[in-house]
Amino acid sequence: MDGSIVADDTWTVAGRTFRSRLIVGTGRYKDLEETGKAIEASGAEIVTVALRRVNLSDPNAPMLQDYVDPKKYTYLPNTAGCFTANEAVRTLRLAREAGGWNLVKLEVLGPPPLLYPDMQGTFQAAEALIKDGFEVMVYCADDPLAAKRLQDMGCVAIMPLGAPIGSGLGIQNPAMISMMMEQVTVPFLVDAGVGTASDAAIAMELGCDAVLLNSAIAHAKNPVLMAKAMKAAIEAGRLAYLAGRMPRRMGADPSSPLTGLIR
Amino acid sequence: MPPDGRHIILMSMHSSVSLTLNGESRVFEGPADGPMSVSGLLIVLGLDTRKVAVERNEEIVPRSRYAETWLASGDSLEIVHFIGGG
Repeated sequence: MDGSIVADDTWTVAGRTFRSRLIVGTGRYKDLEETGKAIEASGAEIVTVALRRVNLSDPNAPMLQDYVDPKKYTYLPNTAGCFTANEAVRTLRLAREAGGWNLVKLEVLGPPPLLYPDMQGTFQAAEALIKDGFEVMVYCADDPLAAKRLQDMGCVAIMPLGAPIGSGLGIQNPAMISMMMEQVTVPFLVDAGVGTASDAAIAMELGCDAVLLNSAIAHAKNPVLMAKAMKAAIEAGRLAYLAGRMPRRMGADPSSPLTGLIR
Repeated sequence: MPPDGRHIILMSMHSSVSLTLNGESRVFEGPADGPMSVSGLLIVLGLDTRKVAVERNEEIVPRSRYAETWLASGDSLEIVHFIGGG
């Protein structure tokens, strides 16, 4: 693998090409200033955003757009908090009107405490959204059949969880993630579960096109520093994947020659 | 002297408009010169139209039609914007 291949290493989703393989959420930070700083440090080019009611009692409250410039970052509206297909579709139609973007992140969730992807609702919503002209990046269970079916329906990226949302448990299902990836030709991302930099590196070493995370940065003691760590981990994991890891062996294989030893 | 047509319209437009706004009941005084539009409501609320989206009775109101979308008592509106989320 030579340097030129690494320099040209980009990925493309729904016709848009990106250099950063880290997508970050904009939620759960101390304040909007910290949000902006951490996102800048992460090097991300895509950020997920939520859609909520305006606080009508304080119309001049600072807005996310003032700290995370939509001209600089691709806003990826999500459906977090939606527990039915109908809620998700309604939310994203509003998001499209608010922002003018067709590229969205669909998640239809089951109840707490797991917030596990509700695949029946996810399929329903994906079908309605695709019919309505959306480009759907879809959060899903680590189910190879579901991944293939979502791709066949027209989803533009498949994004299974590595562990429950916000759990920080890391990639609990590396084998299943690898098996899913073999079913999929559109971009494939791990979307939840990353807790620290090594988790992100593992996802990239498995061959994911990118990683989506939020809490691992926002809930770190120093979010801006963790954002830098994630940027480095994603790059390291990607390089390691491209480099191709050495084979594992059940025993030692010395690096120094065993010949020419002094006696 | 019978009132002319314009006078009758003016009288009727002074009535207030009861809306459900982001889940809360609110009453607005309609403008003197006609019914209240979505644009008019957003101005009264002090919101930047470029940063919000509006749904009226579960139908999106396109931004290009704010000025010509008239509100009636009983309408339910959702006014939303982007916030931080993962």
